[in-house]
Amino acid sequence: MPHTDPLLVGTDITVKADGKTLLNNVSVSVCENEIVTIIGPNGGGKTTLLKSLLGLRPIASGSVKRKKNLNLGYVPQKLVIDRTLPLTVQRLMQLTGSYKRAQIEDALGETGVAHKIHDNIHSLSGGEMQRVLLARAIIRQPELMVLDEPVQGVDYLGEIALYQLIEAIRNKYKCGILLVSHDLHMVMRASNRVICLNTHVCCSGQPTDVEQSPDYQRLFGSRGLQTMAPYGHRHGHFHDIPPDPASLGDHSAEGHSCENHHHCDHEGHNHAG
Amino acid sequence: MLDDFFIRALLGGIGIALVSGPLGCFIVWRRMAYFGETMSHAALLGISLSLMMDLMPFWGVFAVSIAIAMALYGLEKLDRLSSDTLLGILSHASLSIGLIALGFMAWLRVDVMSLLFGDILSITRGDLALIWGGGILVLGLLLFHWRSLLAATVSQDIASAEGLPTKQANLVFILLIALVIAVAMKLIGALLITSLLIIPAASARQFARSPEMMALLAAILACLSAILGLNMSMIWDSNPGPSIVLGAFMLFLLSLAIAPLVRALRPPQR
Repeated sequence: MPHTDPLLVGTDITVKADGKTLLNNVSVSVCENEIVTIIGPNGGGKTTLLKSLLGLRPIASGSVKRKKNLNLGYVPQKLVIDRTLPLTVQRLMQLTGSYKRAQIEDALGETGVAHKIHDNIHSLSGGEMQRVLLARAIIRQPELMVLDEPVQGVDYLGEIALYQLIEAIRNKYKCGILLVSHDLHMVMRASNRVICLNTHVCCSGQPTDVEQSPDYQRLFGSRGLQTMAPYGHRHGHFHDIPPDPASLGDHSAEGHSCENHHHCDHEGHNHAG
Repeated sequence: MLDDFFIRALLGGIGIALVSGPLGCFIVWRRMAYFGETMSHAALLGISLSLMMDLMPFWGVFAVSIAIAMALYGLEKLDRLSSDTLLGILSHASLSIGLIALGFMAWLRVDVMSLLFGDILSITRGDLALIWGGGILVLGLLLFHWRSLLAATVSQDIASAEGLPTKQANLVFILLIALVIAVAMKLIGALLITSLLIIPAASARQFARSPEMMALLAAILACLSAILGLNMSMIWDSNPGPSIVLGAFMLFLLSLAIAPLVRALRPPQR
């Protein structure tokens, strides 16, 4: 079924640098209308994984497959622009494509920074810049949005609003969203699938199932659990995840009982993804 | 009209300036001033090689500039030395090797001063054709690759993730710098070429609000520098290459002085 083909599939990705293994046999896939979130400790390879999937850094082994002519919007973790480059928000919005004034205003309006359209980007605060960058990705009406810590520098209430916005964008455009976050509690409510990454995939699956995984608890401790609890919500149905959390502790690259890579339709289980 | 050496010098200077302004903006935005410097110092080695092999100097300079850029690209992958240090090494090594090679060819009686600081007053009709032909080529390529180059300047990652041909654009950028250096070498010399790339761009930054406006302003300011410098060199009988750089520097100081005034007079942004 063509509509269930994943937008982006990374299979057994291994990345090495200076003899160190940054990623070890990591597999991930994103389908349309799905939010996949990668969480993990600092240095766990989250950004490395995104860059490998985007073709921005070489992989030692494994493969990355993109849907043909995939329209993609990317918000990188950090964007340092030299102050000698005079750039207004309006101009930045047209960095990789041309858009009409009204489209630019709409996109900026969606992330709440429409009033900044004429501002110099060097005068924006960190949070405003993130919103502008998010708007810049939205304006492309991408099939897949790749967001690397999109809410950094945004205050707490703004964070909730931005995650709600990301969810709303998914609902509106039915695009796939691949998200990196360290905000455990925030991530839980919006994601369809969470991948906990610490060089290898520690565990993956639905947010509520990952949160019960002993691997996850070991990585993030009880603090993560406490802050997360109010936001966690159970979906009304189980996937191919057994209720026994102990089985999630399997460290081998394959055989994660909670993995459902290459399956796009969350409601059904038996199609050949 | 073209019989007058001064007119030829003016036309040559303006031809270079129109190109060096916009291209220089990218060098400034990308913090590649030292990189441009290194490529132009290598031009001297290029001159020596073309004299040795009896080639047109243009080709020697062009080839060596590109070779240096590629060498740097390769050495950066070693990851042991910063690119800053590597540039310093390559820059002065190529300059020295160039000078030594020229010394060995004593029978040629090369005027080293004119290689280092240019000899714009001896410009021929053939040079003019090369400058304007090359200039139009460079501007055309720059316009064609503008979006990719600018996007890659803002963020290499965004641009290439979203499917722009950044590798191609970056390669073209290096070629354009080499081309401008090869063409400008005769006019203002290996030591001063980068000033015509960087100073007008820096002056333009004081007033520009968009990258496109900055490129246009830089082109205009570079032209003014050439006109100003050549006139000064006529009046005071000074060396024209350094005079053009002095003209650019004076305009830079002026831009610093009047920038606050211009900003104050501007209508406030909505």
